[in-house]
Amino acid sequence: MNMLDFITKLLAATLAMGTSLAYATLGEVYTQKTGILNLGMEGIMLMGALAGFTTAFNTGNLYLALMMAMLVGGFFSLIHAFLCITMRANQVPAGLAITMFGTGLANFLGERLGPASNGYNLTGMNIPSKFSNIAIPFLSDIPILGALFDVSLLTYALYLLIPFAWFFMYKTKHGMVVRAVGENPRTAASMGISVSKIRYIYTVIGGMLAGLGGACLSLSFTPSWNEGMTGGKGWIVIALVIFSTWNPARVVIGTLVFGGITSLQFSLQAAGLKMVIPSQFLGFSPYLITLVALATMTIINQKKKGSFASPSALGTSFAIDDK
Amino acid sequence: MKFRLEKRDSRSTRMAVLVPVASLLVSFILGAIVLLISDANPFQAYAAMIKGAFGSQTKLQYTLVKSIPLLLCGLAVGIAFRLKFWNIGAEGQYVGGVIGITWVMQFWTFLPSALLLPVGMLVGILFGAIWGGIPGVLKAQWSVDETLTTLMMNYIIIGFAEYLYFDAWKAPRGNMGTVLYPKEAWLPRIWGRVHGGIFIALILVGILWFVLYKTRWGFELNMIGKNKRAAECQGVSIKKNIILAMLLSGAIAGLAGVIDAAAVTHQLTKGVDAGYGFTGIIIAWMSGLNPFISIIVSVIMAALETGSDALQMTMKLPNAMGAVLQGLILIPLLAGNIFIEYRLLVIKNRKEVTA
Repeated sequence: MNMLDFITKLLAATLAMGTSLAYATLGEVYTQKTGILNLGMEGIMLMGALAGFTTAFNTGNLYLALMMAMLVGGFFSLIHAFLCITMRANQVPAGLAITMFGTGLANFLGERLGPASNGYNLTGMNIPSKFSNIAIPFLSDIPILGALFDVSLLTYALYLLIPFAWFFMYKTKHGMVVRAVGENPRTAASMGISVSKIRYIYTVIGGMLAGLGGACLSLSFTPSWNEGMTGGKGWIVIALVIFSTWNPARVVIGTLVFGGITSLQFSLQAAGLKMVIPSQFLGFSPYLITLVALATMTIINQKKKGSFASPSALGTSFAIDDK
Repeated sequence: MKFRLEKRDSRSTRMAVLVPVASLLVSFILGAIVLLISDANPFQAYAAMIKGAFGSQTKLQYTLVKSIPLLLCGLAVGIAFRLKFWNIGAEGQYVGGVIGITWVMQFWTFLPSALLLPVGMLVGILFGAIWGGIPGVLKAQWSVDETLTTLMMNYIIIGFAEYLYFDAWKAPRGNMGTVLYPKEAWLPRIWGRVHGGIFIALILVGILWFVLYKTRWGFELNMIGKNKRAAECQGVSIKKNIILAMLLSGAIAGLAGVIDAAAVTHQLTKGVDAGYGFTGIIIAWMSGLNPFISIIVSVIMAALETGSDALQMTMKLPNAMGAVLQGLILIPLLAGNIFIEYRLLVIKNRKEVTA
């Protein structure tokens, strides 16, 4: 295999891998911009993957499957919003609760929603169709960059969604409201903005996108259901939000880099590098790199006196009558 | 009719007891709905779970054996949670403990066999402390987000453990797992399957209770958790305490791994990441970070796990039911916490009625 081919294949694998991450990261950016930290992403993505898969399995309708994944994702993040906003619970344990409940329930239902012939298990079942790659004529023949034009509909949608999210957040009046709620909820409230309402809306939207991200895995990337199939991607998403410095446009960079590392790891394993480096080391390398990158970035950020700061009110509850 | 929340003058002790108990009940009710959806009779299922967890002496012993690492992990994360350091890495620190003791048991053969167990335990505890200490230092020195670092470190050490039991330390025969520890270095059993680790765990509960509630250090940790700025004004070093608390937290999680390895598995093998570290988070939160109450809560959590194993065997229901119920407990618990610090006022026709 020549180098050009290898890079094109790697980019294609990166895009396929990064799609699921990009949806969920975009969702978490929306949520965190309003000041709500949702650590429930891992659970929500897994529930989304399950909801999408089981709908596609039973109806064969992929679009209905996406809707179900979004609905379920929205519902789980609604629980998170209720805990953090209405009940003023600490956002960290609330998110952990969503992740624990979501992963538990998804794994439970994955062994109950399958056909009786398979012992009610969904694992090992196939869906009638999946989101396959659609090649755009001519464009997809370009070396390397052609990979960008031979992706699934889910990835093409991102080409629109990410610029839209950036434009919305930084160039529209409503986007300004969202940022104000996350930066300074008290001022926002005094301007007549309902902080709680905005936080509810964007937490739910964030969850819907995470559900969609989960469904990307079970309907396109690895069209199947497997217990715990998100394998920590929901946590990577939280790190990617930090790497993107809460800017929707930079979500692309983070997901491409992370998707690239993970894909490279797989292709290196396939290429027989495990003779030199044990496969388990390659397996945990994405997490190690995330850890090192997170630490490096936080330290640099501190030296530069917080130029990539998080939304000021992130993680804090807000009530008008609080003193 | 309108609702309004009013801050209480002091935390309500009645609510602090009522909320966790009610949460347990709510989670069982919601769990019943999950069971109904999946075509199972909830009464039958719960009865099977209770029978599976406490139904006979052997079953009770299994539940108690499971509750020992759970209790220790609950204590471990509880210490970090006291200063609002979100250690979700107890799972990895636990695995670190198992790696440590296995290393001694397998390679420190120059030691007299009577010393293998104590030295192995110490090294395991040390590994746990190091694995917990790294995120502690990162947070204290450069405020690197601890939820992510502790979590990433879980994946790293679990992957490393896999490499050890599948590859580097694999016993010559079989396809995974290290050689069993020498029999004379096992932690002895005291009642059926229940082993001496139960004493270590209970003594630690007493020590921790004393340290956290009766010493200046415990007082400092509490103060940092409640109000960082006030603590700093009082001259409490936040950096030092974060690192100390995380070393201790990691050490105790490591101890949990060490005890389970020395008394139950006698090797490093698949399944070492059994999820005790994550369940420990629920235990810490439900017990209100109180070591004594953690004892009861960890037995309940262990019962949910052994009970759901029984559920799988007798009713062919997925044993993930235990995880569903465990996860479900936290949601009403977090929602209810507000009533400990606030009271709900019901405003009816301009008259205020306190509920």
